[in-house]
Amino acid sequence: MLKQRPYLIEFLTAAGLVLAPFVLPWLGFAPNTVNRILVWGLFGLGFDILFGFTGLLSFGQSAFYGTGGFVAAYLLTRAGFPYVALALVIGMIAAAATGYLIGLIALRRTGIYFAMITVAIAEVFFFVEFNPLSDFTGGENGLPGVPTPSFNLGFTTLHFTTGWSLYQFLALCYFIGVVIALRIVRSPVGAVFSAIRDNPLRATAVGHNIHGYKLTAFVIAAAYAGFAGGLLGVLQAFMPPDAFTFDTSGQLVMQTAIGGRGTLFGPLVGAAVWLSLQDFLQAALGLGAAWKLVLGVVFVLLVCFLRRGIIGGLADLYGLLTGQRGVREPDESEPEVVAVASTPHAAIAAAAPTPVRPRPAGSPSGPILQAKGLTKRYGGLLANSDIDFTVNHGELRGIIGPNGAGKSTFFKMLTCEVHPTSGTILFEGRDITGMNVTDVCQLGLTKSYQVNQLFAGLTVRENLVIAALSGLRGKFRLDLFRSIDSIPGLSERVQQTLELVNLTSRPDTPVSELAYGEKRRLEIGLALATSPSLLLLDEPLAGMSPRERVETVKLLKSISQGRTMIIIDHDMDALFELAERVTVLQEGRVLVEGTPEEIKNNSTVQEAYLGGVHGVLAA
Amino acid sequence: MINWPNFVSQLFNGLALGALLALISSGLTIIYGTLGVLNLAHGAMFMIGGYAGYVAYSYTGSFILAVIAGSLFVMVLGVAMERIIIRHFYHRPHEDQLLVTFGLGICFVEIVRLIFTSQSQVVPPPALLQGITSLGFLFYPTYRLAVVGIVAVALGGLFLILYRTRLGMIVRAGIEDSVMVDSLGINVYRVFMIVFGIGAMAAGFAGIINAPVVSLTPGVGDDILVETFVVVVIGGVGSFPGAILGGLIAGEIISITSMFNPGYAYVMLFAAMTLVLVLRPHGLLGTQGRE
Repeated sequence: MLKQRPYLIEFLTAAGLVLAPFVLPWLGFAPNTVNRILVWGLFGLGFDILFGFTGLLSFGQSAFYGTGGFVAAYLLTRAGFPYVALALVIGMIAAAATGYLIGLIALRRTGIYFAMITVAIAEVFFFVEFNPLSDFTGGENGLPGVPTPSFNLGFTTLHFTTGWSLYQFLALCYFIGVVIALRIVRSPVGAVFSAIRDNPLRATAVGHNIHGYKLTAFVIAAAYAGFAGGLLGVLQAFMPPDAFTFDTSGQLVMQTAIGGRGTLFGPLVGAAVWLSLQDFLQAALGLGAAWKLVLGVVFVLLVCFLRRGIIGGLADLYGLLTGQRGVREPDESEPEVVAVASTPHAAIAAAAPTPVRPRPAGSPSGPILQAKGLTKRYGGLLANSDIDFTVNHGELRGIIGPNGAGKSTFFKMLTCEVHPTSGTILFEGRDITGMNVTDVCQLGLTKSYQVNQLFAGLTVRENLVIAALSGLRGKFRLDLFRSIDSIPGLSERVQQTLELVNLTSRPDTPVSELAYGEKRRLEIGLALATSPSLLLLDEPLAGMSPRERVETVKLLKSISQGRTMIIIDHDMDALFELAERVTVLQEGRVLVEGTPEEIKNNSTVQEAYLGGVHGVLAA
Repeated sequence: MINWPNFVSQLFNGLALGALLALISSGLTIIYGTLGVLNLAHGAMFMIGGYAGYVAYSYTGSFILAVIAGSLFVMVLGVAMERIIIRHFYHRPHEDQLLVTFGLGICFVEIVRLIFTSQSQVVPPPALLQGITSLGFLFYPTYRLAVVGIVAVALGGLFLILYRTRLGMIVRAGIEDSVMVDSLGINVYRVFMIVFGIGAMAAGFAGIINAPVVSLTPGVGDDILVETFVVVVIGGVGSFPGAILGGLIAGEIISITSMFNPGYAYVMLFAAMTLVLVLRPHGLLGTQGRE
């Protein structure tokens, strides 16, 4: 929704802000109310990046709002600092720095822990403002006398005082805030943010340092909060201590949820609803203190029934009214039918001309991966015991074994998702034992999961972009203002991967609308898009119909051109057809290793499968 | 330069506060552990317990009836809340659960404010427990001493329910793996409802027990909720023993720091929480399981 025409949203925002002073008075908005809405909206821009885009719900934003506000107000009142705009920026920097330090602590945990910790931290700030620091903050009196901004342009002095005059300054600040927020959301960092929201585990596995990105989102939110806090002081000519209260954080959360999370403008809409309802209920209906109850009920109902808030609801309504859904649906199911029907051809067509991933000159030979004495113990259970395993460059290795043979544990150790109890893993000659998944993925070793781990809220293309970004940008990079389209090689790699996994017909379909087989192919695509030099596939054929299996085997064949791969699967016919060599695991040990022919005729393998513990017939 | 009698009496204050926090936190933590929902309306439950008890007290004049009425009312409220709203949120993301319970908490506070205004209400302690008890070296309010005992009994009761009954076994199994419990043919959702009721009741009971110590206002649950979070983070989410240990630690930290400077009580509490997060991210007695 945020990516239509370039600068369309920026233009509409500017137009809206320019028109507001002419339109809003007719709707009964007092200028002061509009100004407060803008300050909340700006505060919310950062919060929405944190909550709506990155999925981190903080109940402690008041800490940064207050910090920025009081630093700016202190400079402008007690310290006699004359430059309002500069003081606001200093307040913002102070808030961002505070956010960095707090983020280091709060982001040690996620989910509800994160929410609880942010609440506690904000409460600490509130008490510190009131007590130990009351000499600087005025304690419960706050800091009165915050001046309004004026700019000496040489030939004239611009002075923003109150009402619509101050509105111009606030609107400019909000506009700049929106422009920056849009850049961030459309940058590669923004893409990783939404990956973290949808599936942090996979975001880590495709090679992003999500802790760094979470901290980035947290600092961005703190910076916005700090700047908005400074504006609050300017707006009221007084920095109120209640900026630090839990109610401030709570109101921000509620306004964002009411307006619509993940939309950037949600907090602004939410604030408009909140403040105008407050005025309306208090003044027009004479409800007095009950206004907050009404808002509370409205909020609960919205969370229950309109998860995406007002903006999300309007977007859905618009979709319904314009019949977009109705038109789109057959549109989408049709290519699916076509795609299924034409899959074999498409796969072959895609396989033949696609240039094989360039191999380093003088293609290396010899081992790419060597595991020695790999053992994993879970308490008394020995999942893997003393496994020696070597795969050469360019090889396609299959791993089979009965259920419980320790295949998945073995893969998890190779990708460093779990660490071996003992033994070493060498990848391209480097000891990777004890490294983490992200670093290993950056080195060029990744896997596709047995159970799909996709970014469920995003489209096929966005999924692949996230995976491809890690290869092109490294595990952490702060290119906050760079357009995602300007990254060299990105669209080529995404296109190439789409072709490889045969999803070219549906790049813009949301993952949730994909058929199972397509999701399975995207799962492989995510691993492929990181351009690994060694690709592990954990049961790529799991849960597929016989027809899908045939197609996927073809797909795997085409992918394997020029790649080194290790595949685990139960489908032995498929593996024997694909793999050059097969390793058989049983009860955590290597039973035997050899060519498919050797394995087929090996008596111990036959024993293991036909007469063994499980008595399962092969194939 | 420490004034020893003062210090000891602060230790007792810390014990009383800690015991209360332990009780409220165990309610929060068993709800979270079993249902996977962090109830941000838990502070409001605590507050409503106080008010329900206050109403019962003003009609009957009996403190015991007030305690019973307060606890039962909050239990019923908890069950109703679970039946009507929370159960629709089990399969929605954590954020939505936080948002909806947060909103409900605000509604509860505002309803109480509407009925009872923001003025503080007073519930006197029962006649038997009024006055001051001499402990030999210091005099201490009898009721506060009694609070420690009452809460200890309540925690004991909770322990018996959790560790000595069939329901408790199911609850603890549910904390480990609710899907497995479900597939064993136990109606997990009915258990969820009961657990939510018990957890809410723990908060409501604490609310009315605490009412004679503090004055009762609609906002009384807000600070408690924050302290409860710290307790749970320190003790480990989902751990009943952790809630007790964390409660006592938090109570003592708040009381002892307050003796020197109340303004730093939260700073110290927060410092303790940070220390735990750095050294033992899953809490003192928490396990790695649930996030």
